[in-house]
Amino acid sequence: MKEKVRVASGQGFWGDLLTAPIDQVRGGQIDYLMLDYLAEVTMSIMQKQRARDANAGYAKDFVSLMREILPDCVEKNIKVLSNAGGVNVRGCAEAIRDAAKELGLSGQVKIGVVTGDDILPRLQEFLDKGVAIDNMETGESLSEILDKVQSANVYLGAKPLVEALGKGAQTIVGGRLTDTGLTLAPLMHEFGWTFEDWNKVATGTIAGHIIECGAQASGGNCQFDWETIPDLANVGFPIVEAYSNGDFVITKHEGTGGRVNIPAIKEQLLYEMGDPHAYITPDVVADFTTIHLKDEGENRVRVYGIEGKPNTEFYKVSIAYSAGWKAVGTLVYSYPDAYQKAKLADKILRSRLDKLGLKFDVVLTEFVGVNATHGHLAGEPPQDIPEVQLRVGVRGQNKADVERFTKELAPLILTGPPSVTGFAGGRPKTEEIMAYFPALIPKSLIETKVEILEA
Amino acid sequence: MKIELLNLAHARSGDKGDTANVGVIALKDEFYALLVREVTAEKVKEHFGVMVKGAVERFELPNLGALNFLLHESLGGGGTLSLMTDAQGKTFSTALLRMKIDVSDEEAKNLSIS
Repeated sequence: MKEKVRVASGQGFWGDLLTAPIDQVRGGQIDYLMLDYLAEVTMSIMQKQRARDANAGYAKDFVSLMREILPDCVEKNIKVLSNAGGVNVRGCAEAIRDAAKELGLSGQVKIGVVTGDDILPRLQEFLDKGVAIDNMETGESLSEILDKVQSANVYLGAKPLVEALGKGAQTIVGGRLTDTGLTLAPLMHEFGWTFEDWNKVATGTIAGHIIECGAQASGGNCQFDWETIPDLANVGFPIVEAYSNGDFVITKHEGTGGRVNIPAIKEQLLYEMGDPHAYITPDVVADFTTIHLKDEGENRVRVYGIEGKPNTEFYKVSIAYSAGWKAVGTLVYSYPDAYQKAKLADKILRSRLDKLGLKFDVVLTEFVGVNATHGHLAGEPPQDIPEVQLRVGVRGQNKADVERFTKELAPLILTGPPSVTGFAGGRPKTEEIMAYFPALIPKSLIETKVEILEA
Repeated sequence: MKIELLNLAHARSGDKGDTANVGVIALKDEFYALLVREVTAEKVKEHFGVMVKGAVERFELPNLGALNFLLHESLGGGGTLSLMTDAQGKTFSTALLRMKIDVSDEEAKNLSIS
């Protein structure tokens, strides 16, 4: 059994720094690389891509990345865990297998394929069986929106990943795997921790929470002393250096930019936090009020003392459903009287929308430079404010009305207040809205499957 | 005297659906008790006014010298439903740090707050 395991974060979301995972593999010693590709909105986008093309529906960036780093990973025995499979886990795994073959790595790469999270085809079956699937926030029943559902995925934890590692997987691909499970699984596997050792499971989960947003734990988006954080252009993504006794240290590779210190780790610990006593994952209920932090020198923070409680009988399900249409458009007004001009333009626009009889659920106006982030708390802007961006958004059930709105912004340039610009991008895009329906489902109804694909 | 929270704490915020969370962290350990006393759920609700339509919940993390606030119904529906520039609530952190805190002159002196 290893005494120490290093798990590196390579991607905080789909669209994060493309070079980060490459730098993690080549910039120093690591044992595992974890990559989180899925935000809530991602699954519904992927379902749509797959509806158009049966071979799509996963993060293709991941395949390009693996083409680049797989030879390094095989040589250095670095294992990769990712939820890049989206709604086509098999397709993603096969693309990685083909890449491995092309790279001349046949016989050297086992790909763990974790499925069972996608329950879209089973929703009707569950409702027919009388399983209550209700919105956790509103109490609404799934049957009320069933015909509009675009994707439905259970958040799977670390168990199937540990199984795949046990079967010798070098790369693991899954769909809606929890971000935290991608870090927890290697520790469970390497240290032989059991899933009933709640404090250890909570420890690995919190380690995962700290590094799941990439550089947000190593100096990125860090408010504390932000102006002194060195070389963010070459920011080093965080690494969990875990020990078999349950302690771990957050660090980053030597010679990289950014900063790992206690304030940065505290900021990330609190990110997207609910009740700190009960951070619920499929694996455990972790207690953030038991976390202790210790400064261990430059770019090293030790985390210890973590306690957890038994997990629940339920999985969380993330369901996305079509909920109408929206569009957002902008124009920029300049000094003098920039704010007054932008306000008048908004008034004219709204009057025209009314006259056209367009129906919207919400029309939102923001004045960027004045109140788009801090609202009324920012107070009145100075009279000589150099410029203000008018930003108007609408949403509604009728697509034609939203499209009509997108044609009402440009005319303001020649028919509204003066010294206006910023319309070079053309008409705003009409986008379909995906709303979320978070629910719980008994674990006993879900079957996860772990297969090994050999390159 | 009134002190801007910015001088006592740093913060990070994020979203869960239509709820924004703001983690407020004491800049020095000795400021934590003052935060617990002054930055209450009620005062935070009052501070945000119309920006937060639902309830404000507060949780204490003395081990991190931090408070976590949940601001319900504050993101225009949340996720892709929201039309807001800040649909993910990323700048609610600094919006909360604008809050003015009551500190007596003696306390300010004891805590070396200028």
